[in-house]
Amino acid sequence: MTAREPSLPDPFDRLDGRIVAEHRPWPRIEVQTDVWTEAAGRLSRRALDLLGLWGESQAVHMAVADANDPNRILVLSLACPEGRYPSLGRVHPPAIRLERAAADLFGLVPVGLPDTRPWLDHGKWGVHAPLAAQRSDTRSSEEYELLPVDGENVHQLPVGPVHAGIIEPGHFRISADGDTVVRLEERLGYTHKGVEGLLRGADLERAARLACRCSGDSTVAYGLAFARAAEAALGWTPPARAVWLRALMAEFERLANHLGDVGAICNDGGFAIMLAHCSVLREQVLREASSSFGHRLMMDRIVPGGVVTDIDAAGAARITTLMADIRLRFQRLTELYDTTASLQDRTVGTGIVPTELAEQFGASGFVGRASGRRCDARRWPGYPPYGELEFEIPRLEAGDVNARLWIRIREVEQSTRLIEQILAKLPDGPIRTESGGSSANTVSEGLAIVEGFRGEILIWVRIDAAGRIERCHLRDPSWFQWPLLEAAIDGNIVADFPICNKSFNCSYSGHDL
Amino acid sequence: MRKTLFESLTHRPFTEKLAIPTDPEITRMAAELDVKARRRLGRSLSLRLVDAGSCNACELELNALSNPYYDLERFGLRFVASPRHADVLLVTGPVTKNMREALLRTYDAMPAPKWVVAVGDCAACGGLYADSYACECGADAVLPVNLRIAGCPPSPNQLLEGLLALFGS
Repeated sequence: MTAREPSLPDPFDRLDGRIVAEHRPWPRIEVQTDVWTEAAGRLSRRALDLLGLWGESQAVHMAVADANDPNRILVLSLACPEGRYPSLGRVHPPAIRLERAAADLFGLVPVGLPDTRPWLDHGKWGVHAPLAAQRSDTRSSEEYELLPVDGENVHQLPVGPVHAGIIEPGHFRISADGDTVVRLEERLGYTHKGVEGLLRGADLERAARLACRCSGDSTVAYGLAFARAAEAALGWTPPARAVWLRALMAEFERLANHLGDVGAICNDGGFAIMLAHCSVLREQVLREASSSFGHRLMMDRIVPGGVVTDIDAAGAARITTLMADIRLRFQRLTELYDTTASLQDRTVGTGIVPTELAEQFGASGFVGRASGRRCDARRWPGYPPYGELEFEIPRLEAGDVNARLWIRIREVEQSTRLIEQILAKLPDGPIRTESGGSSANTVSEGLAIVEGFRGEILIWVRIDAAGRIERCHLRDPSWFQWPLLEAAIDGNIVADFPICNKSFNCSYSGHDL
Repeated sequence: MRKTLFESLTHRPFTEKLAIPTDPEITRMAAELDVKARRRLGRSLSLRLVDAGSCNACELELNALSNPYYDLERFGLRFVASPRHADVLLVTGPVTKNMREALLRTYDAMPAPKWVVAVGDCAACGGLYADSYACECGADAVLPVNLRIAGCPPSPNQLLEGLLALFGS
């Protein structure tokens, strides 16, 4: 996995174009239509994995990785002065929603896209294509046609955007035959805040704050991804201690989310005692985050150039004690889950994501790993300090709710070990460098991929000569997980939708931006 | 499971003592509400949350209110599933244009008397999203807001402080 099989054909072969010098750390090339179409074909043949697709006023970009070696990453850009480009979604379905979103924001038309309905634009903004070079005030239609479902006895259940619990808004249209789901269709975009529009022209400080608020549960991961992208662009190296403190916070965030969600998934299976105990553990992690880093969710703690809070010896000692305590108590909760047949009756065999589909969509995080996908951005492509840390990447084949739950249980264990290792190896020194890198006064571009608790977050940024954001794209892992939820629920009973949905726990805000 | 359950008989509960509202701004906003709320509803309020475009951090902290440390329900406050059962509408997020209608419909579905609490900086004033083409400028722009709980996100203690102020201290 880490090195290419020499016998396989190189999927980057003959993907040629003008190399953009200011793009780091992976190459970006400006290509012609034929190369773009060739790359689309390779995506559909699974030689390449799609990492992201985003628009600009007169260009469209895609980021791809070699499917057999995720360390090799390439960005292809296609100029589209006419506002049209050949659709990837035509041959590679994972691109469809990304292309619909780019069409809504930039007015770029993907030629041949099978689904041309708007995605983020609900016809409420008062402008059409708000980020296009020429904004037009013609309103988009508020009409939205859901996919048709035919058949005797099929009835529909509209769910949302306002849900019964304390969760984010989104609409789910469940078509059911009796109790069996025959189709789930998602409609998202309700939390679209125009983040990419607000990022244009923002200075680094404001941009970092906006990035940290893409998805509150992944605020550390977003902060880290944005900082890494900006630092890559500006050739800026954060101090060693900051790099390690960032990893410490990232593992804290992963731990807190996994603990909370393990309890919440069991609660959706009607087993409230797990929620009570897991939420106590989660609360203890958040309180320690507040004591050590000054914010329960560690929001705005990571900035380009370093971090803003340091920990002292007393804090490190408290964290070490807490990790040992959590491992002990979580071990007992794991046993409780493992020995409660009535709960497993709800999770085993429920909401299966076939491996093939997870591979096709390049699903990252626990959704991908529970379906046998080998992925974790901390190792592939990897970023410091994880190269100096030992950790396992759990992987299962079953792809059901139970598998996703077990991946997260195993990752709790891994994160506590990582936190202990980080504390043991934490280097001394400053935590922030103030001055930017060498490449001020020119345009620079950076790309970063970071493993949040949910999966890979991709951030691409172009910074202008004055140090302001010209264009920034943030791609949440949920983009490639939401469509799999639609597939996973097929043939399950309606009552299992909440537990399936919770086992994915996709971000609405991170997706809608 | 038996072991875990037995243990809870011998251990002290995690639940912590009541936090008393200290923020003068919250106390002031609540002063007028208090009279009405107490007279009509005693010391029991049903809460309904609508996420109108938050980043989900506010939801995380609202969810934390139900954990054993804060145990919201001991104060007579509880989250309900339907707006038909609710006395108080909590709003998070800057109110995206795409959520405006759903928010209004939820409010309209609530029986009077009803109150609106803007939770977090976004709902209170639009937050970082104030200039966006896709957002209204906070809950104020759409609904009559009775109380604001600031914070990004407000911590569970700040939330409790604000919600308890609905009853008066």
